[in-house]
Amino acid sequence: MVEDNRPAASSTQLLPGANDGAERRLLDHYATLLTIRRAEERLSALFAQGEVPGFIHLSIGQEAVSAGVMSALGPTDTIASTHRGHGHAIAKGLPLEGFFAEVLAKDQGVCRGRGGSMHVADMSVGMLGANGIVGAGLSIALGSALAHRTLGRSAIAVAFFGDGALAEGLMHESLNLAALWSLPLLFVCENNGWGEFTPTSKQLAFKFRDLVAAYGIAHESVDGNDVVAVADAAGRIVEKIRGGGPAALECMTTRVRGHYEGDAQKYRSPDELAALSERDPLRVAERRLADYRVAPAQLAEIAAAAQRRVDEAMAAARSGTAPDFDAARADVYTARAN
Amino acid sequence: MPELRYLRAVNMALADAMAEDPSVVLIGEDVSEAGGSFGASRGLKDRFGAARVLDTPISEAAIAGAAVGAAMSGLKPVIEIMFMDFTTLAMDALVNQAAKARFMFGGQISLPLVLRTPHGGGLGAGPQHSQCLEAWFAHVPGLKVVCPSDPASAYGLLRAAIADPDPVIVVEHKALYGMKAEAPATPPILPIGKAAIARDGRDLTIVSYGAAVRTALAAAEQLHGEGVEAEVVDLLSLQPWDEAAVLASLAKTHRLVVVHEAVEAFGVGAEIAARMADVGFDELDAPILRVGAPFMPTPFSKALEDQFIPSPARVVEAARRALA
Repeated sequence: MVEDNRPAASSTQLLPGANDGAERRLLDHYATLLTIRRAEERLSALFAQGEVPGFIHLSIGQEAVSAGVMSALGPTDTIASTHRGHGHAIAKGLPLEGFFAEVLAKDQGVCRGRGGSMHVADMSVGMLGANGIVGAGLSIALGSALAHRTLGRSAIAVAFFGDGALAEGLMHESLNLAALWSLPLLFVCENNGWGEFTPTSKQLAFKFRDLVAAYGIAHESVDGNDVVAVADAAGRIVEKIRGGGPAALECMTTRVRGHYEGDAQKYRSPDELAALSERDPLRVAERRLADYRVAPAQLAEIAAAAQRRVDEAMAAARSGTAPDFDAARADVYTARAN
Repeated sequence: MPELRYLRAVNMALADAMAEDPSVVLIGEDVSEAGGSFGASRGLKDRFGAARVLDTPISEAAIAGAAVGAAMSGLKPVIEIMFMDFTTLAMDALVNQAAKARFMFGGQISLPLVLRTPHGGGLGAGPQHSQCLEAWFAHVPGLKVVCPSDPASAYGLLRAAIADPDPVIVVEHKALYGMKAEAPATPPILPIGKAAIARDGRDLTIVSYGAAVRTALAAAEQLHGEGVEAEVVDLLSLQPWDEAAVLASLAKTHRLVVVHEAVEAFGVGAEIAARMADVGFDELDAPILRVGAPFMPTPFSKALEDQFIPSPARVVEAARRALA
């Protein structure tokens, strides 16, 4: 049973005036962007208060990639995510309560508090997991795409990775195999210019575009902070991939927060950080919404709904309970009938 | 009973599992067109098609990683890594991804992945094509490890591994591929975690696994000539291992020697010795002894390798010490 929990604004009662398809889609995207943003802002605040254990890596500034790509996918399509995967998880339709409960290490979490932020996964919506290992999702998505094809499904797989992962050896192995086997696999590079604390310009002697060209894989680059540009490109590419070979989508985006929450980013110039607000995916979407002359009250309603969802889910998650050690231990292996 | 060759047993197990379950696929270097570097998958591409028997480039990390993703998405991948030494290149997928998937995702999924790989020396293959690294895998929660010692167990354990819902490392021994032994036409599927008594005895227990079981049996035969009846326990599974069977044998003989081809230090034998020193303390009439390879890389020269791999003579010597 596949549930569709993806954030959506376009219920008819909510948006009686949205009769244009593009406008309706944009409103959907906007709701997703806002949900991810509010969720991560909430996590950031809770982290500062010491209520979030472990490490979290926020995708603030990169939400348009998640919202845009996922809008082109169905619930049976699979994604392999990264350590910066909150946006992917939410946009792919993880129940928000279960997502928050996982990040807060509760038994009610989607992974029963065993994995946390870096391992949120929900197989029922095709989310094969965030990942604590840079680049590991590449080959997981590769294998998932192989399974889709071998089992005769029309589903595709998507590998999300940052530009930092371009330096991993698995990048080459996965691109090569995807091309050789002509798999229904979309490589989505979230190029935010940073690999941990170092600009990727100092880590990479090549461009992603040139790399994928070596494998004969089609490459498209978009403004990763413009949800419409991402969604349009992803929509076109995904349709080509279904039943065809792999493709690459490079989303030029911005990492607003540190590598991890608590990273003061002293290695970045104040000017660079200040300039990021101009490219904020929410502002970019709002400028586009202005073109449609969407009533401010309608936008406010979408924003309020996103905030409400986040507040309610977070309240439920915070009231969750600690996981049980014996139950955790019992899940190292699958229980056998005999 | 008819004779069965070890490599043929592996081939039969793959074929029978594929015939029974259409979600079983083989993935690896040269497994399809060439039928496997050692011939384990010979004929399977013709029988089951190239879509289920997939040749890969020399990309161990992606082979293992793809198997993880494939297992998450409905396939039962059986991957071959040509030499166990090369599993080093696949470690992230095996240790960080496959082993933890069920636990880390809150029990949402099982990850039915099988890795077949040959370990062991004796072929002059040198330091990077001979290592016995099974203790590494047995140390990782979430992985299972089995190690057949003859054709029947090669069949029975591989079938069990493919039927198992969790990731299983099947450690074959390349020096055993040519071994022939009597076996039923279709050997039974063996339960993972159960040892077998390879030879009955009352004076001493020798625990071993894989090709070293042959060494242990040769030593037991020699000891028999000296009036000592050694019981040989073939572990078959290393993770989980059959603690009850080892303890039962120890309770009978009160003396224990553990034999493996892997380097002795921090090996499987260390775990068995430590457990028996605990749960079997009251049964012990002598120190538990280990016979393994010395703490050095596997050498190339036969003159060196012959001294490196534990011999029946070393096992006999250890047995005499345990009986002294």
